[in-house]
Amino acid sequence: MSDDSQRLPVTTDQDVVRVRQLVRTVAVAVKLSLVDQTKIVTAASELARNTLVYGGGGEVEVSRVQNDRRAGIRIVFADQGPGIIDLELALTDGYTTGGGLGLGLSGARRLVDEFEIDTEPGKGTTITIVKWCR
Amino acid sequence: MERVPVLKIGDILLVSIQIDMEDQVALQLQEDLAERIVATGVHGVIIDISALDIVDSFVGRTIAAIASVSRVLDAETVVVGMRPAVAITLVELGLSLPGVRTALNVELGIALLGRRETVTIDGDDEPADDGSDPAAVHTS
Ligand SMILES: Nc1ncnc2c1ncn2[C@@H]1O[C@H](COP(=O)(O)OP(=O)(O)OP(=O)(O)O)[C@@H](O)[C@H]1O
Ligand SMILES: [Mg+2]
Repeated sequence: MSDDSQRLPVTTDQDVVRVRQLVRTVAVAVKLSLVDQTKIVTAASELARNTLVYGGGGEVEVSRVQNDRRAGIRIVFADQGPGIIDLELALTDGYTTGGGLGLGLSGARRLVDEFEIDTEPGKGTTITIVKWCR
Repeated sequence: MERVPVLKIGDILLVSIQIDMEDQVALQLQEDLAERIVATGVHGVIIDISALDIVDSFVGRTIAAIASVSRVLDAETVVVGMRPAVAITLVELGLSLPGVRTALNVELGIALLGRRETVTIDGDDEPADDGSDPAAVHTS
């Protein structure tokens, strides 16, 4: 499904900046509209920061994807942190355990076309997002 | 670590964010601005974000914090130059930047701050907010 994919570690603030830049580059390459580029980069920034802050660091994989109709970009955020105990709560606007605004997860979900969370307490969290060209 | 420069122009501190800021750089900017407001005694802060291609919750939260801290230190903050795609994304993210005044560009931002000052000198603390002000764009 994906032709080429690129991986980046997420262990520092600087890595979060690198994730934003890579996502921007790929979003431009798959010809997402300017607004959609902005949305996917913003969502990636939120999720990469969560990987760093709550997941204790991890890895991001950015791929170009293609189905029979459209091109798109898929990003996978993976960590081996504590996992998300109450997923429904974590996805609620305004819920935070870290003194944030609690908008990262719920906001990122609104900004993308596909959003999938795989999390297990004590094992870690993997979040996959996809944005398709219109 | 990079640092965002803060310029003093008359009674205003002007910050033009030209880099994709790491979180620590944004926090440092918040500290630098608070110190410069006190050191210079200015009454206005303009944050130009026209070069930013995204504003996420961290940068948004930092901007809101800068506005609150400046207000406590008797300075008004105006955020200028937000790109349309950034505005659309911010709203969908759920961040409305409550309490942050915005203007379309630096010139209108300066006009907005100048007008507030004139009004204050006239002895009227709250400028009439009838929505007819071309320089004032409210985000909340
Ligand atoms: N990768 C993760 N591993 C473990 N817990 C997580 C992870 N991502 C999010 N969480 C949990 O979900 C909560 C909500 O995350 P969300 O990003 O929505 O808000 P926040 O990071 O607290 O604040 P904001 O992103 O608005 O600054 C977090 O406070 C944290 O408890
Ligand atoms: Mg977050």
